[in-house]
Amino acid sequence: MAELDTSGGGGKKGGKVRSKKASTRIDLTAMVDLAFLLITFFIMATTLAKPKAMDTIWPDKTKKDVQLPVPESRTMTVLLGSNHSIEWYVGPPGKTPPTVDHFTKNGIRKSLIEKNKEIEATHSGKDNYMIVLVKASDKSTYKDFVSILDELNITGIQSHAVVAITPPEIELLKKDGNY
Amino acid sequence: MARIKIPRKSTAIDMTAMCDVAFLLLTFFILTAKLKQEDPLRVDVPASTVKVNVPDVDMATITVGHGKVFFGLEGTDLRKSLLEEIGKKYSVAFTPEEIQKFSLIPTFGVPVNTLKQYLALSTEDKKKYTQPGIPAPKDSTDIVTSELFNWIYQARIVTRNLHNKELRFAIKGDSREQYPEIGKIIDVLQKQAVNKFSLITSLNQGK
Repeated sequence: MAELDTSGGGGKKGGKVRSKKASTRIDLTAMVDLAFLLITFFIMATTLAKPKAMDTIWPDKTKKDVQLPVPESRTMTVLLGSNHSIEWYVGPPGKTPPTVDHFTKNGIRKSLIEKNKEIEATHSGKDNYMIVLVKASDKSTYKDFVSILDELNITGIQSHAVVAITPPEIELLKKDGNY
Repeated sequence: MARIKIPRKSTAIDMTAMCDVAFLLLTFFILTAKLKQEDPLRVDVPASTVKVNVPDVDMATITVGHGKVFFGLEGTDLRKSLLEEIGKKYSVAFTPEEIQKFSLIPTFGVPVNTLKQYLALSTEDKKKYTQPGIPAPKDSTDIVTSELFNWIYQARIVTRNLHNKELRFAIKGDSREQYPEIGKIIDVLQKQAVNKFSLITSLNQGK
């Protein structure tokens, strides 16, 4: 590329015809370019394609005696409906009407943080944290399920459980057109 | 007027050392790179903010998408003995060649009764063939007798025997999949007291 030809050039007149001594230097610029291009490709392909694992621990169904009674006033039940809709209520079912929410920063995340603070303030003792019960309906998608678990991770909710949905709760979702 | 002549220097830089370094790095990346394997079942994994990577060894992946279930187990040695065990269980005699072929397939979704035909296909035909998925339980009554349950169960036994480790499970679900489909898989795992498993997600940095 940028190598200047510094060799003498053609021979003198009348002298012997000598073959030109070729330089042993090879221009490596293109080769380096190619090598770095490939390096870039491999860096991108290896680090970006790594899937992430969200570890989940589920209650043991075979042991019946480990189920602790949950104080209903500390629970927040999150129902997952169709079309990425969420409804949640605090306390025992049927006592308070559910709030319709959505997966945004100011939606469910804000509600989770606010309710958590509220419950911690109104309850005393060591165990005053909020327990979130996630109930996924048959119309909800796997994405919603992962999203809600992720929101719980983000908001740092200490305790959550995935519970099967009950018919009255499906009725709640139906009433708001989310089932 | 005499001018001071600045001697012209060659603009060429010696690239040899740079080339050496570049290729050294390239070799390193090629050797460490784990090539992305083509999944027989394409799923769109939901995003989350979790930053923990999926482990590479003693890992089984259950892929759920488009109503189909696929099963994948890491490690060729594990897959070999897994097929032997499954063959015993369903009284299908697999030849050593078939076991060898099976050990090279990281993820599959074929019922046991058509597995022999599937393994006989050439590599190209395998790609063209749409795998029907492993029969998953239809309801809570046939969980223990379902093929998926047995694949998972035998895979755990094989890992325990060969590697002396507890097999870890990951569910790779399509984000549009309805929750009950995933719930079924969770039920299968919980039925054999696998209460700790991972959900595979992609990294979401947007939030």
